[in-house]
Amino acid sequence: MRYVDEFRDPVLARSLAAEIRSLVTPGEVVRVMEVCGGHTHAIYRHGLDELLPPEVELVHGPGCPVCVIPMGRVDDAIAIAETDGVTLATFGDMIRVPGGRDSLLQAQARGADVRVVYSPLDALELARDEPGRHVCFFAVGFETTAPATAITLLRAREEGVSNFSVFCNHVLIEPPLRAILETPGCAVDAFVGPGHVATVVGSDAFRFVPEEYGRPLVVSAFEPTDLLQSVALILRQLAQGRCEVENQYTRVVLPEGNTLALAAMAETLQLREDFEWRGLGVLPRSALGIRDELAAFDAERLFALPGRRLEDPKACSCGMVLTGRMKPWECRVFGTACTPERPLGTCMVSSEGACAAFFSYGRLRQPREEVTVGG
Amino acid sequence: MAEPRRRRPVLRDELVTLAHGAGGKATRDLVDALFLAELDNELLAPLGDSAVAPPVGGRLALTTDSYVVRPLSFPGGDIGELAVNGTVNDLAVAGARPLWLTVGFVLEEGLRVTTLREIVSSLARAARRAGVVVAAGDTKVVERGKADGLYVTSAGVGILDHDVELGPGRVVPGDRVLLSGTLADHGMAVMIARGDLKLEGDVESDTAPVHELAASLVGLGDAVRWMRDPTRGGLATALNELAAQAGVAVRIREQALPVAPAVAAACEILGIDPLYVANEGKLVAVVAEEAAGDALALLRASPLGERAAEIGVVEDEPAGMVLLDTALGGSRIVDLLVGDPLPRIC
Repeated sequence: MRYVDEFRDPVLARSLAAEIRSLVTPGEVVRVMEVCGGHTHAIYRHGLDELLPPEVELVHGPGCPVCVIPMGRVDDAIAIAETDGVTLATFGDMIRVPGGRDSLLQAQARGADVRVVYSPLDALELARDEPGRHVCFFAVGFETTAPATAITLLRAREEGVSNFSVFCNHVLIEPPLRAILETPGCAVDAFVGPGHVATVVGSDAFRFVPEEYGRPLVVSAFEPTDLLQSVALILRQLAQGRCEVENQYTRVVLPEGNTLALAAMAETLQLREDFEWRGLGVLPRSALGIRDELAAFDAERLFALPGRRLEDPKACSCGMVLTGRMKPWECRVFGTACTPERPLGTCMVSSEGACAAFFSYGRLRQPREEVTVGG
Repeated sequence: MAEPRRRRPVLRDELVTLAHGAGGKATRDLVDALFLAELDNELLAPLGDSAVAPPVGGRLALTTDSYVVRPLSFPGGDIGELAVNGTVNDLAVAGARPLWLTVGFVLEEGLRVTTLREIVSSLARAARRAGVVVAAGDTKVVERGKADGLYVTSAGVGILDHDVELGPGRVVPGDRVLLSGTLADHGMAVMIARGDLKLEGDVESDTAPVHELAASLVGLGDAVRWMRDPTRGGLATALNELAAQAGVAVRIREQALPVAPAVAAACEILGIDPLYVANEGKLVAVVAEEAAGDALALLRASPLGERAAEIGVVEDEPAGMVLLDTALGGSRIVDLLVGDPLPRIC
């Protein structure tokens, strides 16, 4: 397959793995956090962790959009879905995420109209096709998916679609990274930066990581050889005493990002005072809501939402996992009370969640007792 | 000598109505003019409450399956063909020679009669290809909105002509895993045909009867241990069930898995793993190590098995698990699927 096979070339992968081995100092562990859940998934799916020397420890980061949605927001979405005459359109991953009582999947079985879409534009099309119903799109995701929501809002306004709204849960990548870096004893030495977010915001948006916190960051694409090359670039920076943002994903990411996408976001979305993150608590200025000018499309203003804050289940350590302070297999309920089939925490739901990725692909190789607690 | 036949009535209705399910004249016309016209055979023609079959010497295999695919037709096949091949394949991988099928149709009021005729005609063609006789049938009509066009349930009876015992209990470490062809064609063809994804691609369902492939492997005698047709849930699910039931590990090689380029591309775009996508014309078999070469040659000798491959090996540990050696030299677990990425594909 063109444009894929080139990036999964076993010979190239082996030579990159050899280069990585040549760049580490025996016994000196470098902790590299892959920020994005897509990276976590790729690492386990291709068995990349097995290609790395023990001196490179991968730490999973907060960049799984499903994983950071708190239970209270899921309950709000269920309340919208259970309103008479309303269809809730959502990405498939959100369907199984547990709220306080149950999930959208169970709400659907009780009679709520929940539909899986692949794009917010598909939700808008549903609204056009079914003028007798109100269609609400459950928007989640970092800056990666926000532009699609923005374009959809602009189109809804342009076409005057009056039976459409967005329940906006878009979040920003910078605040959780700062939260992790400011956690006392943060043991992350370097970052594999999120390629898709960077496609929108640009690689320059991550300069705060080296400049304010002294950690190198390499914006990376998602294929196996991309990830290996990014790890090699990080190790080379450390070996040469450099500390900067490097862009491995040059085939897509520009330093300034996608200015059209950013403009669409600015026109439709505004910064919230604060937002609750699963496992991270309330982070100031960390999420986007819908601008006042587009209030007619804002589900939070159209529906009376429960808006409750719910504590995470006590046994669940998603917060520790999302911030790289705990490995999935170190959680007390991993693989027992919490499995992909019956997830307690969000990290076990999405295939990008560190726990689900590890449970599904890798759980054989890391006996608990051999593991050191990160961070 | 058959009795002289009365003339077949002509079905003038354009749409299926509730009257076609009421058991009266309209039902009779539908059965005579459509079902019998397409499926006529000696067992079905008397239209009795039961078809009475001649005695057969040997153990029987019985199976049943329901088909609810949406859309009813898709590149490479339709629900009628699927209802034959799916049930024939369930018999075939049990080591049986398929003999008879029964089919039950649930029709939705408002279904076009021409659509129904195309599907029944395709079902009849598939039955002839697989050498099975549709010996009994039933039709019901439900109100508009209570079914998605039509649903079919088929049951099948087959005979075991040999004394080969197939089953997970016979699988031992060292055995080889063979796959008869490319993965994921059916599931991706249906997904693309649905049009929700605005994806176009040259992908056709692989729906086909695998009874001849299966029979050729059964000819190897005790060297063939276990067979399955990896339909819903795909190869990953079939192998996980094997690993769990046999108490063994199954290790497969990513690079040995045949996937057509267009299917691989569609899976890549949608983030779907072809290991979990349904196949409707493939079989996966476990054979003794020393018979693997012969078994592969037998599969490849048939047009349906041209792309057959040895994809893995049975091991002792970790019991109950399926592992995959990635093309890059790593490895990972191939777990059971949670949830359903592609509902209503068969």
